Amino acid sequence: MDINAFILFWAAIFTSNILLTNFLGMCSYLSISREVESSFGLGMAVFFVLTVTAGLNWVIYYHILVPFDLIYLQFIVFIIVIAAFVQLLEMLIERFTPALYYTLGIFLPLITVNCAIFGVSLFLVIRKYSFIQSVAYGAGSGIGWLLAILMLAGIRNRLKEKMIPQGLQGAGISLIVTGIMALAFIGFSGIVIVQ
Amino acid sequence: MTRSQIFRHSAFKENSVWKQILGICSTLAVTNLMLNSLIMGIGVIFSLAFANLTISLVRNYIPRSVRMMTQTLIIAFYVIIVDIFLKAYLPAISKQLGPYVGLIITNCILMGRAEAFAAKNKPLDSFIDGIGAGFGYTLVLLAIALIREILGFGSLFGFTILGDWWIKWAIMVMAPSAFFILAIFIWIINNKYYKGKA
Repeated sequence: MDINAFILFWAAIFTSNILLTNFLGMCSYLSISREVESSFGLGMAVFFVLTVTAGLNWVIYYHILVPFDLIYLQFIVFIIVIAAFVQLLEMLIERFTPALYYTLGIFLPLITVNCAIFGVSLFLVIRKYSFIQSVAYGAGSGIGWLLAILMLAGIRNRLKEKMIPQGLQGAGISLIVTGIMALAFIGFSGIVIVQ
Repeated sequence: MTRSQIFRHSAFKENSVWKQILGICSTLAVTNLMLNSLIMGIGVIFSLAFANLTISLVRNYIPRSVRMMTQTLIIAFYVIIVDIFLKAYLPAISKQLGPYVGLIITNCILMGRAEAFAAKNKPLDSFIDGIGAGFGYTLVLLAIALIREILGFGSLFGFTILGDWWIKWAIMVMAPSAFFILAIFIWIINNKYYKGKA
């Protein structure tokens, strides 16, 4: 894969948004998007963890798993790396910045099971990104995810006062809103093509 | 509850996708073709049933503090089996499904069933519950894929059923349609199935 890391970063935000085109991280996206503030906290946590774990998993994959011929262990190793990093981060934040812990800390355990984090690690192996590309892709995906959840939270706030058919309330209407957002994001495709 | 009641409960009444809104990622991602959906569904049924069985067998020996991690590793073990099996016997489909096979590990359905059922119930019951929940999930996948493949490709399981006169709906192949169809699906189910109860 020979793409400028900077272009890849923008592509990950707009043209191949991790949530709107790859459908990753839907569970927490649908359930934590009631308030703008908490969505922002979760989004920031996802962005940070994604950027770091993309780099970490790249190093582990190409410098430990490949030389020792242990590629079949990649799923388990990636999951453990993500879980361990999230745990470590939680302890560090709690110890050094208690204020940040109260805004960000509660979301950290949720991140271990967020498929966007694990998905990015798998994508960077499948698409054979270099280290710089992987970190750029991770950071871009994180920002893309943050953008999507912020937009949904804002829209859902406005929808609270609207008349919505009973069967569509909750998940149904969120999915339709996301679908329209995905349609809008198709407008960006063609700027850069990755895949 | 008898075994058949457990099956019906986890497959329909408490269906993971439309009732609990879990496992949406893969529900949306693999449903542009029937065959992919079917293979994905079978993969999930297999890993869900056996992960439930294993977690239930060891449920009394896992310390509470590392419960989640242990469950994730047990799930990962079965997902790796599915992945290697697909790579060996169905390489073309494995390539199309890409990372979504590995993503079964972080599929909320597996974690949800492990926490909600397997951690508290007998092994065989958990196994049945796993098959039931996986079956319910596969059903939704196939229902969505049916619409998307017919309208998007004019075919079913890869066989052309609508001839050349059919103008393919490009949107059905792309991401937004998945969101819309799942939303409409949930709407219909809510109105028919849970009328007055929701």
